[in-house]
Amino acid sequence: MEETVTATLSPICVPLPAHADTPKKGGRLRLGLSGGSTTDSLDPATIPDAVPQSVNWSLRNNLVEISADGKPVPELAESWESSPDASQWIFKLRQGVEFHNGKTLDAQDVVESINHHRGKDSKSAAKGIVDPIKEIKADGKDTVVFVLDGGNADFPFIMCDYHLTIQPAGTKGAEFEKGIGTGGYMLVAHEPGVRALTKRNPNYWKEGSAYFDEVETISIADYSARTNALKTGQVDLINRCDVKTVHLLKKAPGVQIVRVTGTKHYTLPMRTDMAPFDNNDVRMALKYAIDREQMLKLILRGYGSVGNDHPIAPSNRYHAADLPQRKFDPDKAKFHLKKAGLSGHTFKLHAADAAFGGAVDAAVLLKEHAAKAGIMIEVVKEPNDGYWSNVWLKKAWCTCYWSGRATEDWMFSTAYAADAKWNDTFWKHDRFNQLVTAARAELDDAKRREMYGECQKIIRDEGGVIIPMFADYVEASSNKLRHGKLAGNWEMDGQRLPERWWFA
Amino acid sequence: MTLFIISILIFVGVEALPGDLTEAVLGQSATPETVAAFRKELKLDLPPHIRYLSWLGGIVRGEFGNSLANGRPIADLIGWRIGNSLFLAATTAAIAVPLSILLGIVAALYRNSFFDRAISMVTLSTISFPEFFVAYILIALLSVQLIIFPSISNINAQMPFLEKIHAIVLPCLTLTLVVVAHMMRQTRAAIINILASPFIEMAKLKGLKKTRIVIFHAFPNALSPVINVVAVNLAYLVAGVVIVEVVFVFPGLGQLLVDSVSKRDIPVVQASGLIFASVYITLNLLADMLSIISNPRLRNPK
Amino acid sequence: MAFFKLLRSSPLSARIGLAIVLINIAAAILAPVISPYGETEIVGDVWVSPSPDHYLGTDHLGRDLFTRLVYGARNTIAIAFVTTVLSFMVGALCGFFAATLGGWTDLSLSRGVDIIMAFPTLIFALMVLSVVGTSITSLIIVIALLDSTRVFRLSRAVAMDIEIMEFVEAARLRGEGTWWLMRHEILPNAMPPLVAEFGLRFCFVFLFIAALSFLGLGIQPPTADWGSMVMENAGAITFGIFTPLVPAGAIAFLTVGVNLIVDWFLHLASGLED
Repeated sequence: MEETVTATLSPICVPLPAHADTPKKGGRLRLGLSGGSTTDSLDPATIPDAVPQSVNWSLRNNLVEISADGKPVPELAESWESSPDASQWIFKLRQGVEFHNGKTLDAQDVVESINHHRGKDSKSAAKGIVDPIKEIKADGKDTVVFVLDGGNADFPFIMCDYHLTIQPAGTKGAEFEKGIGTGGYMLVAHEPGVRALTKRNPNYWKEGSAYFDEVETISIADYSARTNALKTGQVDLINRCDVKTVHLLKKAPGVQIVRVTGTKHYTLPMRTDMAPFDNNDVRMALKYAIDREQMLKLILRGYGSVGNDHPIAPSNRYHAADLPQRKFDPDKAKFHLKKAGLSGHTFKLHAADAAFGGAVDAAVLLKEHAAKAGIMIEVVKEPNDGYWSNVWLKKAWCTCYWSGRATEDWMFSTAYAADAKWNDTFWKHDRFNQLVTAARAELDDAKRREMYGECQKIIRDEGGVIIPMFADYVEASSNKLRHGKLAGNWEMDGQRLPERWWFA
Repeated sequence: MTLFIISILIFVGVEALPGDLTEAVLGQSATPETVAAFRKELKLDLPPHIRYLSWLGGIVRGEFGNSLANGRPIADLIGWRIGNSLFLAATTAAIAVPLSILLGIVAALYRNSFFDRAISMVTLSTISFPEFFVAYILIALLSVQLIIFPSISNINAQMPFLEKIHAIVLPCLTLTLVVVAHMMRQTRAAIINILASPFIEMAKLKGLKKTRIVIFHAFPNALSPVINVVAVNLAYLVAGVVIVEVVFVFPGLGQLLVDSVSKRDIPVVQASGLIFASVYITLNLLADMLSIISNPRLRNPK
Repeated sequence: MAFFKLLRSSPLSARIGLAIVLINIAAAILAPVISPYGETEIVGDVWVSPSPDHYLGTDHLGRDLFTRLVYGARNTIAIAFVTTVLSFMVGALCGFFAATLGGWTDLSLSRGVDIIMAFPTLIFALMVLSVVGTSITSLIIVIALLDSTRVFRLSRAVAMDIEIMEFVEAARLRGEGTWWLMRHEILPNAMPPLVAEFGLRFCFVFLFIAALSFLGLGIQPPTADWGSMVMENAGAITFGIFTPLVPAGAIAFLTVGVNLIVDWFLHLASGLED
C-alpha cells in the first residue's frame, strides 16, 4: 500500500534555462518576504504566515514531504503502509537522523510533536486536521502507528501539513523559539517581524539539499519596498508580486519572474443559512453576474485561471474537466433574481485586502459587472485588522481565499462538508456529505473520480460559494538564483525554497 | 498619574477591540476549542481587571512581562527598538529643527519676496504629498535611478555607526520633508505677527536694521508658539512614523505597536504605549518650561 | 461690495490662490457634467497613458483618471472642509476656555488632551475606527477629534499670551464676562496663527486619509478621494509611471491655493505695509 497516491499536483512552471545547471553550494540567500509580523512565533502550532512557514521548514522536517510533482515522498519517515481499509497507518522512521542539539530522532519525538496539536488543551491551528487521529503510538524506536477514526486513503498528505514538523520530545513553551529541528539550516538569530538568520546544518541528513551557507529572511510588508529592495540588490528574492506591475518588474535588469499555478483560489462565500443567500436562485444570480475573464485580466493580470465555482484546481488529481465553464450571463442572472423575487434588492459584499490582495478592487469590479444585470451590490470595505475574526464566518457575504489543499477530500472536509470547521458558507447538502465520506475510504480510482466529479458539480450548481479565479504564486528573484522543477502546493517552491534552490 | 490613566485607557481600548490575541494569531484557522485552550494558556480567560492588576503589579516591580504572542520578554523586544526610533528621530530633528527655524526667519525677513514665495510653494508641495509617496519618490530617484542610498533601512545592532547613518539617510530625508513645512510656516507666521507690535515699530523708528529687529527683537518674542510646534513635531518623529518604518523596513517601535494592536498583544501595546506617552509628556513639559523662560510676562506671574 | 473692493486691492498671489480654490470648487460641483465617464466605470486597460479619450490616462483598475480626479475633488474637499471646521470649533473653543478660565478647567482639559495626544495619532485612529467601523461620518469625527487636540494646544498657547496683555486686563477690570473676553479680545488677536494653522490642517486631512488607507482603513471604495487615489496607484512610481503624481499634484495644487489665501489674510491681519 506504499504510496497509493500518484500525481495530484502538476504545477506549470515557467521554463528557465537554469534547469540544466548542477546545484552548487555557497552564498548568502536574502529573502525579502511579505507575511511576517513582530508577533510571530516558532511554535509550529501557531505559525500564521509565509515568513515563519519558510523559516520553520528551513529548521525542521515533516514525516512526509510533497515533491515538486505533487506526490507525497518520504522525509523523516522512510516508508509507510496502511491497513486494507486505510484506517491504520504505520510509518517507519529514517535511521540516524540528528537534531541540531545532537539528539537522535526516535519515535517518541514524532508522537509528541503530533500530540502537540491534539487533545483538549491544544491551541494548534492544525487541530482540525489531526482530529481524525484516534490514537498514535510509538512501536519501538523507529516505528509510529496512527489509528484513524475512519478510512483515509490520503493520510500521508495530511502528514505534509506545515504545522506538523518534528521537534525533539519535551520541547515546550519558549523552547520552540530556539528552532531546534532536523532541518537543513540552524537558527542563528530571530527577531520576529524583522529578520531571521540561519546557517547551513553541516550535519544535514538529506542529500543534495540546503545549498546556501546562510539564509537571511527579511520581513518586508510593503510591496513597493520589496520591489525596490530587489531592484537595488538588497535582497535576492521577493514573494507575492503585485501582478499589476509584474510586466514592468520583468523588464528590470537581473530580475526573473517565477510563476506557478497551484491550488490557491479566491472565493466569495455566501452564508446559505442567512437570507437572502438561503435561496439558491439568489446564489445562481450572483454566480452568473460576474465576468470572470475580465476579473482575471484586471485583478490578476492573467496570472491565474478562471474558476468554475468549485474549489478543485485543474492541477488536482480528480479535477472535473468535463464540467462546462460558467460564463458571465446577465440575462440568466436577471432571470434567477426575478425568480427569487428580489429584483431591486441591494446586496452587501464585505471586502478587505486581508482576504487577498486586490479583494476590494475585485469587489468593486463585481459591483460593476452585476450592475449590467441590474443587480445592485454595495461594497463594504472592512478593516484588514481582525478581518478573519469579525467578518469571515460572520457576515452573510464576504471575500476570502483558500490556499487550496493537495487532495479533494482535504479541501471538501475542510470547508464544504456540513460538519467542517470552516464551512464558511454554512452549507449542508446531504448527497454531497455522503459522497465525501464514501470517497474518502474508496480505493478504486475510477469510482473515486466519478464521486469527486459529482461533488464538484453539486458545489458548482448548489453551493454557497462563488469562485471567480485561481491565482498563481508569483515571485521575483535575482537571475543568479537557480532551481529545479517548482512545487505548487505552497508559495516559494512549496515553501521549501531555502533547501531546494542555489546560486549559479 | 497621567501615565497611570493612559495605561488604563490603553488597556480598555485594546479590550474594546473586537476579537483577542488567540483569534488574531490563529486567524482563518481558529476554532472554538483551540481558541479556548489558547486563552487558558495565556490566562486570557481571567476577567480583565485581574489581568490589568497583575500587569500593573509587574510594572511597579519594574517588569514589563512577556509578549503573549511568542513569550519573549517585552524588555528585549522593545529595548533595541526604542534605541532605533530615538536614533532616527534625533538625526531627523538635528537637521529639520534648525533648518525650519532658519527658513522661517529668513522667510519672515524677506516676506513677499521671491525667496519667501518660492520656499512657501516648495514646502507646501512637499507636505501635500502623503509621506509614503514622498518615500517612494525618493527611493525611485536616489536608490533605484542613482544608486546612492539603500532602499531599505533594516539596521541591526552589529552595524557600525557610519553604516547606520548611511542606511537611514532616506527615511531621515523623508521625515525632514514632512515636518519642515509645518515648523517653518509657524515660525514665519509667529514672527510676522510680532512684527506688527508697537515695540517693533519703536525699534524701527530707532533706526535699527531689519535683520537685527527680526532676529533679536521679534524672534525671541515669537518663541512660545515656535517651541510648541517643535515639541509637537518631535513627538511625532518618535511616535508617529509607522508608515516610514513600514516603507523602509526600519525596526522601530511604531511597527511593533501596530502589529501588537492588530494581534491584540496587550502587554506589548501597554509597554510601547507608555513609552510613547512618556516621551510625549517629557517633551511637552520641556516645551512649557522653555515657553515660560522665553516669555518675561509668564516668567513673573502677577 | 466691500469684498470686491478688497479683492481689487489684493496682490496677484491671493488672486491666484482664489482662482485655484474656485476651480476646485467648480470641479467639485460640476463633476457629473464635466467628467466624460462614470465615477466607477471601467473604461479600459490598467494605467493607460494619456490620450484624447482619457485626458490623464487610466488608474490601477482601468477607470478614467480625469473622471476620478473630478469626483475626488467633490468628496475630498467636502470631507476635508467639514473635518477641519469641526476640529477648529471644538479645539479653539476648548483652548480659549482653558486659557481664560485657568485653574481646574485648564488643568482637566489640558490633561485630557495630553492623554489623547500621548498615544500616536495614527494608531489611535486605527483602534477607534476598528471598533466603530469606517463610514465617512466616523472618519470625519475621528479625524476632527484628533486634529482638535492640536488646535487646542495652539489656541491655548496663543490665548495665554494674549490673556496677559494689558487690554485684556483692562477689559477684565471693566467687569466683562469670560464669553465677552473670548469673543472680543482673544479671538480677533488669536486669529492669525489659527488661520495659518487652518491652511495646513486642511491639507493634513487628505494626508491622514491617505495614511489610513495605507494601513487598510480609509474611505469606502469605489468612492473616489485623492488620498486613496495616491495610495492605490503609489506603486506605479517605482516603475516610472506618473499616474499617482496626478492626485498628489491635485492635493498640492489645492493646498498651495488655500495657503495663498491664508497668507493674504495674515498679511491683512498683521496690518503691515510693504
